[in-house]
Amino acid sequence: MTETPPTEAPPEETPPDLIPPEEETETATRPHGSLMERMAPANIDWRSVVLIPLLAVLLGLAIGALIILVTEGPGEIAPAYGALFSGSLGGIRSIADTLFSATPLILAGLSVALGFKAGLFNIGAEGQMVVGGTFAVLVGFTVTGLPAIIHLPLALIAGVIGGALWGAVPGYLRARTGAHEVITTIMLNFVAAQGLAYMLRQPWMLPEGRIDPISKPIEASARLPRILTWLPIENSGGIRLHLGFLIAIAAAFFLYWLLFKSTLGFEFRAVGSNPKAAAYAGMSVTGATVLSMAIAGGLAGLAGANETLGLLGSASNGFAAGLGFDAIAVALLGRSHPVGVVLAGLLFGGLRAGGRAMQVRSEVGIDLIVIIQALVIIFIAAPELVRSVFRVRGGRKTGQVTRGWSA
Amino acid sequence: MKLELRDITKRFPGVIANDSVNLEVNSGEVVALLGENGAGKSTLMNILYGLYTADEGEVLIDGAPVHFDDPGDAIEAGLGMVHQHFMLVPVFDLTENVILGVEPTSAGGRLDMGEARERVAEISARYGLDVDPSAIVENLPVGVQQRVEIIKVLFREAEIIIFDEPTAVLTPQEVSEFFEIIRGLKENGKGIIFITHKLGEVLTIADRITVLRRGRVAGEADPKTTTRQELSEMMVGRPVQLVVDKGPPSPGEVVLEVTDLAVADDRGHGSVAGVSFQVRAGEIVGIAGVQGNGQTELVEAITGLRHPVSGRIRIGGADYTGASPRQIHNSGVAHIPEDRQDDGLVLDFDLVENMILDGYYDEPYSRGLSIDWDHSRDVAERLVEQFDVRTPSVDVTAGHLSGGNQQKLIVAREFARDTKLVIAAQPTRGVDVGSIEYIHSQIVEERDSGSAVLIVSSELDEVTALADRILVMCRGRIVAEADPKITTHAQLGLYMAGETAPPEVRP
Repeated sequence: MTETPPTEAPPEETPPDLIPPEEETETATRPHGSLMERMAPANIDWRSVVLIPLLAVLLGLAIGALIILVTEGPGEIAPAYGALFSGSLGGIRSIADTLFSATPLILAGLSVALGFKAGLFNIGAEGQMVVGGTFAVLVGFTVTGLPAIIHLPLALIAGVIGGALWGAVPGYLRARTGAHEVITTIMLNFVAAQGLAYMLRQPWMLPEGRIDPISKPIEASARLPRILTWLPIENSGGIRLHLGFLIAIAAAFFLYWLLFKSTLGFEFRAVGSNPKAAAYAGMSVTGATVLSMAIAGGLAGLAGANETLGLLGSASNGFAAGLGFDAIAVALLGRSHPVGVVLAGLLFGGLRAGGRAMQVRSEVGIDLIVIIQALVIIFIAAPELVRSVFRVRGGRKTGQVTRGWSA
Repeated sequence: MKLELRDITKRFPGVIANDSVNLEVNSGEVVALLGENGAGKSTLMNILYGLYTADEGEVLIDGAPVHFDDPGDAIEAGLGMVHQHFMLVPVFDLTENVILGVEPTSAGGRLDMGEARERVAEISARYGLDVDPSAIVENLPVGVQQRVEIIKVLFREAEIIIFDEPTAVLTPQEVSEFFEIIRGLKENGKGIIFITHKLGEVLTIADRITVLRRGRVAGEADPKTTTRQELSEMMVGRPVQLVVDKGPPSPGEVVLEVTDLAVADDRGHGSVAGVSFQVRAGEIVGIAGVQGNGQTELVEAITGLRHPVSGRIRIGGADYTGASPRQIHNSGVAHIPEDRQDDGLVLDFDLVENMILDGYYDEPYSRGLSIDWDHSRDVAERLVEQFDVRTPSVDVTAGHLSGGNQQKLIVAREFARDTKLVIAAQPTRGVDVGSIEYIHSQIVEERDSGSAVLIVSSELDEVTALADRILVMCRGRIVAEADPKITTHAQLGLYMAGETAPPEVRP
């Protein structure tokens, strides 16, 4: 197809002599059309990484205000957004709630981001969370008598292993049979959810004499400890922020190192960007596909363990519901960069925390948050739209057309 | 019809792509627009075709100024463009592709395929294009697909036809057939603009030649009187060595030994059917042949990218049949792959990442699990300098380099190591004259430093210029061995078409 770049917008950084401003026939890059390439850009243009997401959020909030205007009247906008702000950032308690809400989103978002970088669309974070969270709970209540310093890491590792196994399966199917991971991971989400539902009807899984589908509670030694109970404020014991948040930040550092500093991550990115060149360079495309999905699954499994060992203390149906899809949103907003994922996770965590406050203190329901999140993702996926609204110049003229799931 | 471009100037931030360019085409003549990659040829044509707006200057048709806002206006005015990368719907048949956007309809808006097929058949007959109007496009060879593009343009009644690097994707036979078509168009009164960077082609087909260099008209030439040397100097701006400068080879011990090798292609068809040959240290062996006669699969088998069906591959005396690409790489094999953008580079990666693409896993680029980016960067900067890769820094992505510089990047990566065997497939395809000269000299240097070199190229000029011995491949077999000093192109062409050599010159 013909590249028809807008007349005024060849990249400004074009050095003379080097980059022919025209699409020179055999020198030009291939069309960078695929969703995958836009969501996991190998090299980063900071204008599109920082500015566009920021503007997308602003635009999302603005349209959210319009929705409030239409449904509740102009008088509700200020109280609703006021509550949204104070509930997410207005004081230590609110900030802690934001961090708490962000934790699973960051961990699962990192999982999806790793997949994107390796050229895989991991829609299965939710199923991997379910399996990981369940493994963690099993270790949490079956193993007894250990000190927390041993029991907790053991339960977390179980969560990682569960998620990694559940992630490796679609990776293996993709590498060996070509079965697309989008299909297999979605299906494995159902298998995981129903598998858990089945387990929650087994007597050995349930507390003595109970039949409601909630597992035995984990030992206290396997619980992720709350980390702000020492604060000298009233009811600091009620602050739910726990060790999981620090684990999520550590995981982001780990992923950054893995992707950009390690040989393994170099392979993942090469396979994700151009599998043929990766094979030419002697990399194992099969190995990288299976391993990257396993590590992605491990990160999602950690997210699941974070839920069951931190918030719930047990496993129940639907404990990860919706998180897998929010994780995709977080990875997209964070442009699949670990730092971006942390920031995007914090933003969505803030929206969730603030949304709860908004629900309580104003007429506007938390559903509005879901709408705003969806709008933000639409604007991220359509950067040209945001550019035209805010008249942002330049950026990559490529990557406007979504042509498929992967390159 | 007479088309004129007058004083066309087009500026992009930081660069003048076209600087007061003048060009004139009349019905019934072929004008070649010659220039290296990035000289501004495509910008000029995009202005002409309504994709860009010129900052200064005007376009005139028969003396009257015209203004094109989009390609639709240009087509309306009688212009047609055949792009290098075809714009066809693979699953549609030929006629369906031709009528896309200008579908003839009968009463009530019904698609009139019958009429369309008749017109396509008529165009095909008139210009000697010889196509089946009902053939499914994806089943057609590239040369015929190009004819579909030509029919598209003729169907829209173009008087001036622009061809953008039309021969880049064609085999030598297809090129000569294509030239026949061009002559037919010319005789029927069409004006042709022929964009290319290949010197031989312009001398064969053009009536007039305009050379662009760095956005300006560097000169005009008459193909009857000019020479390749003169044209290449105009293109590059300095004298260029067109003949490869190399001394006689001094073959040493056998480095690559291929015995009875059979390889299947992706569909499982045998594409290399029992090939045996040797390459010695200090010699360049060239494999000539029309593309698609098993050369690709042969190279893939030797470099470990494809499992052979049977036969042996020995490198430096050791058996490497079915070894992995990494084992073969580690044995001292440098590999310039056939398609640099598909196989040789990760276009989204920067130059440092591409420079370590096949050596990243070991010293000196990494220690343990971590890549030593500082050291890798130093190496990349040194090699970019040493191998004359023109780039503002090693931080730009490989996709931003021109074809010639991309290829030099691969040459730098592959030749910088200690090599005993060099395998170069189409080493200068789509590369500008200046870079071809450089890459050829590097290949000769590899030979002179004692490596065995195997060149695979579908450009006869390249094989004869570089190789010390030529093996001709046809339908998966080696049909002849030839001495490039005494074998004519005509004779090689016959071998390539499948004629076997007389017994006394067979290997």
